[in-house]
Amino acid sequence: MGGWIPWIGKKLLRGTLLLLGVSVVTFTLMTCSPLDPVQANVGQAALGSMSGEQLDRLEAHWGKNTPPVQRYLSWLSDFVRGDMGISLRYRQPVRQVMGQRLANSLWLLAAAWVLSGLLGGALGVIAGACRGRLPDRLIRGICLALSSTPGFWLGLLLVLIFGVWLRVLPVGFSAPIGAESAGITLLQRLRHGILPAAALSLTGAADIALHTREKMADVMESYFIRFALARGASIPAAVLRHGLRNVALPGLTLQFACLGELLGGSVLVEQVFSYPGMGQAAVAAGLGSDLPLLMAITVVSAALVFGGNLTADVLCGLVDPRIRRGGILP
Amino acid sequence: MRVWNRRQAALVFFALASAVLLAVALCGPLLAGRAAETDFSRKNLPPCLAYPFGTDWLGRDMLARTLAGLSLSIRLGGLTAGVSALAALTLGTAAALWRRADCAVSWLIDLVMGIPHILLVMLIALAWGRGFAGVTAGVALSHWPVLARVIRGEILQLRQAPYFLAAEKLGVSWGQMMRNHLLPHMLPQFFVGLVLLFPHAILHEASITFLGFGLPPEQPAIGMILSESMGYLAAGRWWLALFPGGALVLVVLLFAGVGERLRRLLDPASIHE
Repeated sequence: MGGWIPWIGKKLLRGTLLLLGVSVVTFTLMTCSPLDPVQANVGQAALGSMSGEQLDRLEAHWGKNTPPVQRYLSWLSDFVRGDMGISLRYRQPVRQVMGQRLANSLWLLAAAWVLSGLLGGALGVIAGACRGRLPDRLIRGICLALSSTPGFWLGLLLVLIFGVWLRVLPVGFSAPIGAESAGITLLQRLRHGILPAAALSLTGAADIALHTREKMADVMESYFIRFALARGASIPAAVLRHGLRNVALPGLTLQFACLGELLGGSVLVEQVFSYPGMGQAAVAAGLGSDLPLLMAITVVSAALVFGGNLTADVLCGLVDPRIRRGGILP
Repeated sequence: MRVWNRRQAALVFFALASAVLLAVALCGPLLAGRAAETDFSRKNLPPCLAYPFGTDWLGRDMLARTLAGLSLSIRLGGLTAGVSALAALTLGTAAALWRRADCAVSWLIDLVMGIPHILLVMLIALAWGRGFAGVTAGVALSHWPVLARVIRGEILQLRQAPYFLAAEKLGVSWGQMMRNHLLPHMLPQFFVGLVLLFPHAILHEASITFLGFGLPPEQPAIGMILSESMGYLAAGRWWLALFPGGALVLVVLLFAGVGERLRRLLDPASIHE
C-alpha cells in the first residue's frame, strides 16, 4: 500500500489550507463587525467611570488601533506555536478555557454520537426492511417530524417533561448547583448529561435513520436479497447476513460526516441546558465579541469536522475494496 | 368518497399546504398590533377558549404572537432562501461551465461546509451587527453550498447528454442551447431546491434568534418567544414553550412536504407514478 502516504499527505495539506481559510474568514467577519468589543466586555458602569485615557490604553491593549492584517498575522504566528491568546470574556488563556469546555463537551458529543448512530442505524434498517408497511411508516413519520424539529425546542420539551413534570432529572448544568467541584460524583455528572445527550442524539438519529432507510430499501430490492429470499431465507436472516454489510458502508460515512451537524446542534442544546461546554462558550464569545476565543472555537470545530470526513474516507477505503480499486483511494 | 391517485393527492396537498402557509404569512402584519398588546389583567393565563395558546407574563396573546412570529419566519425564510438559491445558481453554473471557477467554488463549498452551520450563521450575523440584517445575511449566505453542488452536478451531467452533444456539433448557438436545453432541465430542479431551502432557512433563523444573535426582543420571532419561555419553564408555564415551538415544527413540516410533492410532480422519473 505505497500510495497511502502521499494520499494522506495531500489530504492533510488540503485540510491545513482549509483551516487557514476558516481562520481568515472568521477573522474577517469579526473584524467587519460593527459591534465594539470594548463596550461588550467592559460593563456599562465601568465604562462610564473610566477616563478617556484609560479607555485609550485599554483599546491599545486590545489592539483596536493595530491594522487587521498585522493582528491576524500575529494571531496566526502565536496560534501555530500553541498560544491561543487570552479570552476577553473569561479573562483566562483561551487554551485553558478551551480545555475545560472541550472536556465537558466531548462527553456529551461522544454519547450523542454513539447513541444517534446506533439508534438511527437500527431504526433505519428496520424501516428499510419493512418498507411500505406499518413499522416503516411509523418510523419514517417520527423521523421526519424529528428532523424538522429544532434541537433547542426538543431540549425544552425534555426539560418540561422530565425536569418539571416528572421531576426525575435535573433541568440543567453539568453538576448540581452549589456543589464543590471536588465533591461531584460520576453519577451526578451522568444524571446531568442524560437530557442534553438525549436531545442531541434524537435529532441526529432522525437524519441517520432516514438515510439508512433509503439505502436499506434499495438493498432490499437487489437481486442478491431476492435470491436469498427465494432460497428460503427468512427476512431477518437475509437482512442480517446480506443487508447489514451493504448499509454499513454508507452508514459509516454518514456517521463520521455528521460530526458537523452534531457540533452545531450542541451549541443549541448546551444553551438550553446551560451546559458549560464549547457550544455555550461559542455563544458567550459571540455575544461578547470575544475574538480570540471565537477564533479558537471555530478552528477547533472545523478541524474536528475535517477529521471526521477524513476518517470516513479512510475507513471507506479500508472496508470496501471496490472503492480502493476504483482509484479514489490508493 | 372519490379516491385520488398519487398525483392528484400530491396536487391537493400542495394546494392546501401552500394556502395555509400563505395565510399564515399574510396574517402576520394584520396581527402585529394584537401581538404587542399588553394587558396585566389577563397575564399568565393557561390555554383556554379565548386564548388557545394562553397568555404570557405581560398578558400578551400567545396565539397572536406565535402567528406573527411564524409570519415573520416565513417572510424571512422566503427572502433568505431566494438569495441563497440565486447564489447557488450563479456559483453552480459558473463551476460547471468554467474550469478555473470550479476549483474556487469547490474550495468555497468545502470551506462553508467545514464550519458547523450554526457557528457560521453566528459569525456572519455578527459581521452584520446582529439584528434583522444579521439574521438575513447569516442565513442567506450559508445555505447555498448544497444546492450549488446539485446544480453543478446536473449541468456537468447534462453537458455529456447525447442531445446536448448533438446540438453542440450542429453548431447551435450558446443562447439557444441555454434556452432550449439547459433551462427546461434546470428550472424544475432549481425551484424544488428553492422550496426545500425554506425549512432549513426557517429553522436556522429560529435557532440563531434563540441564541440571541438575531431579531431584537421586541419582534415577536419564534426563536425569541422560545428563548424567553426558558425562564418560565420551571414555574410550570409549559404553554409558552410548547405551542409556539409546535407551530414552528408544523410550518417546517409543511414546507418540507410541499417541496417533496413539488419534486415528485416535476421530476420526470416519478411524474407518472
